[in-house]
Amino acid sequence: MSGEKVIMVDGLTKRFGAFTAVDAISFEVNKGEIFGFLGANGAGKTTAMRMLCGLSMPTSGKARVAGYDVYQENEKIKRNIGYMSQKFSLYEDLTVKENIRFYAGIYGKSDHFIKEKTAVILKQLFLEKEANKLVGSLPPGWKQKLAFSVAIFHEPQIVFLDEPTGGVDPVTRREFWKMIYEAAEAGITVFVTTHYMDEAEYCSRVCIMVDGRIDALDTPQALKKSFNTASMDDVFIKLARKAVRTGD
Amino acid sequence: MKQFIAFVKKEVHHIWRDKRTMFILLGMPIVQIIIFGFALTNEVKNSKIAVLDYSRDDASTSLIREIGASRYFEIDRVLYNNNDIEKTFRGGEIRLVIVFPPHFNESLKHYNKAQVQLVADASDPNLANTLTYYAGAIIMDYQKRITQDRKLPYTIHTEMRMLYNPELKGAYSFVPGVMAMVLMLVCTMMTAITIVREKEMGTMEILLASPIQPVKIILAKAVPYLLLSMVNIASILLLSVFVLDVPINGSLFLLIGESILFTLTCLAFGLLISSSTDSQQTAIFISLVGMFLPTIMLSGFMFPIENMPLPLQIISNVVPAKWFYMIVKDVMIKGVGIGAVWKETLILAGMMLFLLVISIKKFKIRLA
Repeated sequence: MSGEKVIMVDGLTKRFGAFTAVDAISFEVNKGEIFGFLGANGAGKTTAMRMLCGLSMPTSGKARVAGYDVYQENEKIKRNIGYMSQKFSLYEDLTVKENIRFYAGIYGKSDHFIKEKTAVILKQLFLEKEANKLVGSLPPGWKQKLAFSVAIFHEPQIVFLDEPTGGVDPVTRREFWKMIYEAAEAGITVFVTTHYMDEAEYCSRVCIMVDGRIDALDTPQALKKSFNTASMDDVFIKLARKAVRTGD
Repeated sequence: MKQFIAFVKKEVHHIWRDKRTMFILLGMPIVQIIIFGFALTNEVKNSKIAVLDYSRDDASTSLIREIGASRYFEIDRVLYNNNDIEKTFRGGEIRLVIVFPPHFNESLKHYNKAQVQLVADASDPNLANTLTYYAGAIIMDYQKRITQDRKLPYTIHTEMRMLYNPELKGAYSFVPGVMAMVLMLVCTMMTAITIVREKEMGTMEILLASPIQPVKIILAKAVPYLLLSMVNIASILLLSVFVLDVPINGSLFLLIGESILFTLTCLAFGLLISSSTDSQQTAIFISLVGMFLPTIMLSGFMFPIENMPLPLQIISNVVPAKWFYMIVKDVMIKGVGIGAVWKETLILAGMMLFLLVISIKKFKIRLA
């Protein structure tokens, strides 16, 4: 790890009226890291992530993503990140190729780049025969993997994944994580929210949010040691018990 | 630009994939023109009527001949007494009976005064009105002519003149109406739906997290529907000129220009709807209630605005379709130029800009 910081967050806060969704969180993410963002439903994970992606304006605090300020340089941030939301985000009435072309197109990639990379990705995903089929006709696992490939198609510095494996079977989840590792090895920093604790074990470092605050941040091994538990699951349960907020 | 083109292509794919919707959008104007032009026509053509002639003299016979010769009526049968009238109406085929009292010629020639009775089946009041009106006009014509020939002192003269629509052609008023309706539907509703759909699917979030500017998203969504509307305008105009014989008296360019202006107004309205709701159902509902109904009710297309109570007349001013309807009627049928419709055009352009500015401002770049 180079030690270069791609995300720097200091006292970042988001309030909706009287409700503080994210309460002065601070952390840093290194380049090439797989940074896990854990928390129960309603803990503020998605809100925090959306502020970093430029989808939501912070109430206060500082944050820099890919070297750019979230308040001032929103446009530049957007060029350097990829984003995959909780909802499935490809167009079901477009073919596999059309989806890739569209998303690559709105990131301003050249036709040549799109053509070459599309071939590579289709091969990786074993989707060569399905290239001209509608995305709606693919099995859910494939769709999810395709969505991830599309999110990193433009070779962003950082990719934000918001609960990417929700509703996906265990085999696909494993394959999906393999893809995340490959992306990280290629130098893409991965920022992932999840509430599957076994997935937390795959992360370089995890940060556990409770009631809008960060209660713990370290490598999975160190966390297990300091909480004196056998698995991340137990770490999480110990922390989550303190939560006052109920899930949404 | 590249981003923009990629986006427009995607929108075209969406429309193209949903063949059923596409055919409805393209077929709707054709179906509406045909329905309004042929099925819902309120003009009279070769209507079958009956005569009950108690006189059987020169005057009545020639008048009957004249009525039968007109292209509005066809003398279907001759009745012999009053009781036959109701019987005939019950048959349903005949809706007007012309009754000549005895000594028609004699009273006309000697007393300069004669009577004809028009008995209509008023179960369809509109049709009954039209039929008696037409028959009355023919009788007036006849009366006028024989009066002149004989140089008799009494002349009963009723002037009837239908400005711009001498033959009372229904098509003249509904072609502009159908145009307003179709453009409204395609542009307002479809724009609203297509943007709200992205919100519902969650793809809007991805788009907003991408470097494409929101203005480009909005414009790229509008372009395909603008093109679709152009096709619709063309098919409406072609049908009305070649099938319904409604002429385009004014400048075709002006007409098309005004249509584009109205289309943009509708697109802007659709945009406004889409930025104020997150569900497709709500978007459809708002488009129908907020735009479609006022277009039909308050544009002057179905019901004349002059006959409405004052509050409704005032409300009708904020309906863009009212101004468009006035413009199209003036340009297409009266054949006037921009000099006569600049006020309406300005109002429409103002509405368009107003809606566009609000909706772009309301379109949220950051979702929260």
